[in-house]
Amino acid sequence: MAELGRAALVVTLGLCVYATVAGSYAAARRRRRLAGSARNALIAAFGSTVVAAGVLAAGFLRSDFSLTYVAQHSNRTLGRAYKLSAFWGGQEGSLLLWLLILTGYAALAVWLNRNRARDLVVWVAPVLAGIAVGFAFLLVAVASPFDVQAAPADGAGLNPSLQNPYMMAHPPFLYLGYVGLAVPFAFAMGALLSGRTDERWIVATRRWTLVAWTALGVGQLLGAHWAYVEVGWGGYYAWDPVENAALMPFLAATAFLHSVMIQEKRGMLKVWNVVLVALAFCLSIFGTFLTRSGVVNSIHSFSESNIGPWFLAFIFVAVAFATTLIVWRLPLLRSKTRLESLVSREAVFLYNNLLLVALCLTILWGVAWPILSEAVRGTTVVVGRPYYDFFLRIFGLPLLLLMGIGPMIAWRRASLRGLGRTFLWPFLISVAVGLVLLWRGAGSSVPGLIAYTFSAFVLAAIALEFIRGTRARKALASESWPGALFSLIGRNRRRYGGYIVHVAIVFLAIGIAGSAYDSVVEGKLAPGQSLRVAGYSVLYQRLVERDTPHAAEVRAQLLVSRDGKVLGPLEAGKNSFKIAGPDPQVSSEVGIRTNYLTGEDLFVIPEQINADGSVYFRIFVKPLVNLIWLAGFVFLFGSIIALWPDAREQRRLAVRYEEAGGTVRGT
Amino acid sequence: MSGALILGAALAVLCVVLVALPFLREPDPLSDELDELTPERRRRLALAEERDRALAALKELEADHRAGRVSDEDYRISIGPLRREAAEALRALDTVPDAAAVAETV
Repeated sequence: MAELGRAALVVTLGLCVYATVAGSYAAARRRRRLAGSARNALIAAFGSTVVAAGVLAAGFLRSDFSLTYVAQHSNRTLGRAYKLSAFWGGQEGSLLLWLLILTGYAALAVWLNRNRARDLVVWVAPVLAGIAVGFAFLLVAVASPFDVQAAPADGAGLNPSLQNPYMMAHPPFLYLGYVGLAVPFAFAMGALLSGRTDERWIVATRRWTLVAWTALGVGQLLGAHWAYVEVGWGGYYAWDPVENAALMPFLAATAFLHSVMIQEKRGMLKVWNVVLVALAFCLSIFGTFLTRSGVVNSIHSFSESNIGPWFLAFIFVAVAFATTLIVWRLPLLRSKTRLESLVSREAVFLYNNLLLVALCLTILWGVAWPILSEAVRGTTVVVGRPYYDFFLRIFGLPLLLLMGIGPMIAWRRASLRGLGRTFLWPFLISVAVGLVLLWRGAGSSVPGLIAYTFSAFVLAAIALEFIRGTRARKALASESWPGALFSLIGRNRRRYGGYIVHVAIVFLAIGIAGSAYDSVVEGKLAPGQSLRVAGYSVLYQRLVERDTPHAAEVRAQLLVSRDGKVLGPLEAGKNSFKIAGPDPQVSSEVGIRTNYLTGEDLFVIPEQINADGSVYFRIFVKPLVNLIWLAGFVFLFGSIIALWPDAREQRRLAVRYEEAGGTVRGT
Repeated sequence: MSGALILGAALAVLCVVLVALPFLREPDPLSDELDELTPERRRRLALAEERDRALAALKELEADHRAGRVSDEDYRISIGPLRREAAEALRALDTVPDAAAVAETV
C-alpha cells in the first residue's frame, strides 16, 4: 500500500500547488469559477491527505514493517493504541499529521466561509494552500513516510517514554494549536492582499484563534503532566527549547486575542494585530523547525538533517511575505482613534500585550542564542533555568497583576477616585492574604509571596466582577441568583469565559509559585530504613521484580506516614523495555502520592537501584502543584464558554452586513 | 499495475473532477466575475462597524455603571462623547446611499 500513500501525497502536493497558483490568479483577476475550483482543490487536498494518513495508520495497525517508518517506530508487541500514536512518533509521521490537520482546517475554513466575505476569503484559499505546499513538498521529496524496505521480522519499537497516555494526546493537541494559527494568519494575509482591512477578518477568525490557542494551552499542560509523571526529574517544565517552542506562539496568540478586542471595541491597534498574528504563525513554524530539525541538539545535526534547511527557508519566506504585505498595506491599517488615557482598559490591554510580547521575545532569544552562538562562533552556550526564571518573574508578575486590573477598569478613561472605589476590596483582600502568608512563613521566597498576593488580588477582582454583574442582572431581569448568574454568563460568553480562563491562569501561577516552597531530601536506603521530609516519613520496605510483555519492572515498595499516621503504600522503580537495539531503554517510574485537599504531592524518584537491594531516593514535597493540572480543566471550561456561539452576536453581525449592502455572493 | 496504483489513479481522477466542478456546472456562465464590495458598500460597512462599536460601548458603559464597575463621575465623563460618536455614525450611515437599494432600482 506504500504506493497508494505516496500517490496520495503527490496528489495532495499537486492540488495544493494548483490551489495556490489558480487561487491567486482567480483572486487577482476576479475569476469566480476559478476561485471555486481552487477552493475545491484545497478541500480535495484534505481528502487525499486523509488517504495518505489512512495508509500509514493501517501500516502501523497491521505491523507492516516493509514500511521503513513503521519498522522504526513500532513493533509487534506494542499495544493497539500506542501503534496509532507511533504515527507521530517520528519526523515523517509528524509532518504528515501537520499536513493532515492543516488541510483539514483549510478545507473547513474555506467551506464555512464560502458565502461570507468572498472578496476576502478568495485570498485565504491560496495562502493556506501555499503553506500546505511547503509541507506536502517535504513529505513527497524530502522525508517520505512511505519509504519501503525488505520487511524485518520485528520493528525497533516505540521510544518507551512515548508509551504514555499523555503522549497519545499531547502531540495532536500541540499540532492542532500550531497548525490552527495558520487560519487567522491566512485571513490576516487575505485581508492585506485584498485590501479589505475592515473587521471581517477578525470576526471570521475569532473562533479559529481561540480553538488553536486552547489546543496549544491544553497540549502544553498535557506535555507538562507527561514530563511530571514520566520523565522523572521532579519537575514539569524545564525551559527546554522544544517546550519553549510551544510556549512562544501561545504567548503571541494570547497577546493577539487581547489586542484584537481593542480593535473591535475601539478600532485601534490594527497594525499591531496583523503583526501579532503573523508572529504567532511564524513562531509556530519555528517551533516545528526546532522540534524537527535537530538544531536544538547541535548546529551539526541541523546541517545533517534533511528537513532543517527547508524549514529555515520556509520560515524566511513566511516572515518576508508577511512583512512585505504589512508594510505595503500600512496606509490602510492606520487607526483613526487614539489612546485617550494611560489609565483605561485599552491602555492596560496594551501594557499586557507589551509584557506578553517581551516575554515571548525573551524566550525566543534564549532559544536562538545558543544556536546562533554555535553557528557564528563555534562555541556552545547554554541558556539555563535562571535566565528564564528571571524574565518570567520580571514580566510574569506584572502580567498577573494586570489580569486583575484590566477587566475592572473602564474603557477610554478612569478617574483616580473611581479606581479607588473599584479596587478597594481586591486590594484589601490581597494585602490581608499577603500578611497571613508572611506570618505563615511564605516570606522565604519573595517572588512566591508576591505571586500569591497578586493571585489573591486577581481572584478577588474576578469574584467581585461576577457578584456585581449577577446583582445587576438580577435587579434588571428579576431573576433568581443562579438564574441571573447563568444569564449573565450566557449573554456575555466571551467576557465571562475569559474571566474563567483568567482563574485558570491564577491557579497555574499559584501552582508554579508553589515550587518556590518545595522541600527535598535524598539518600540511600536499605530495606527497613526511612527518610523524613516536610512532616512525611517514607519507609523503604522491599524491592520486587515483575515481568510484563513490554518491560521488566523493578519496584521499591514504600510506606508513607505523616505525623505518625500511616497514609498508605507507594511504589517507585524502573522499567527496562524489551525493544530491539544494543542498549536497553530504561525509564524511571516515579511514585506520587497526592493530597487532593491541599493540592500537595509527595514525589519519590528512585535515582539508582543497586544490586544489593539498596536504592538511592530523591523525595520532594511539592505544595499546591496539583493546581497546575486543575488549571487545565478550568482553562478548557472557560475556553469552551468563550467559544460557544452567540446567536445574538450572529444576528447583530448579520444586520451589519445586510445594512452594508448584503453579503458578497459566493462562488 | 498494482491495486494500490489503480486506487491512486482513481483518487487523482476524483480530485480532478472535484476541482473541475465549477466549470462543469457552469460551462457557459452569464458572468464569471467575482462579486466585490463597491466603494459605497465598503463605506457603509466601515460606518456600520463604527456605529456598532459606539453602540456596544454605550451598552457596556451602561452595564458597567449599573454593576458599579464605573463610578458616577466616570460615567458622566464618558457618556457624552459616546452618545455623540454613536449619533455621528448613525447620521453618516444615513448620508451614504444604500448600494443594494440603488442596484435594485437600476
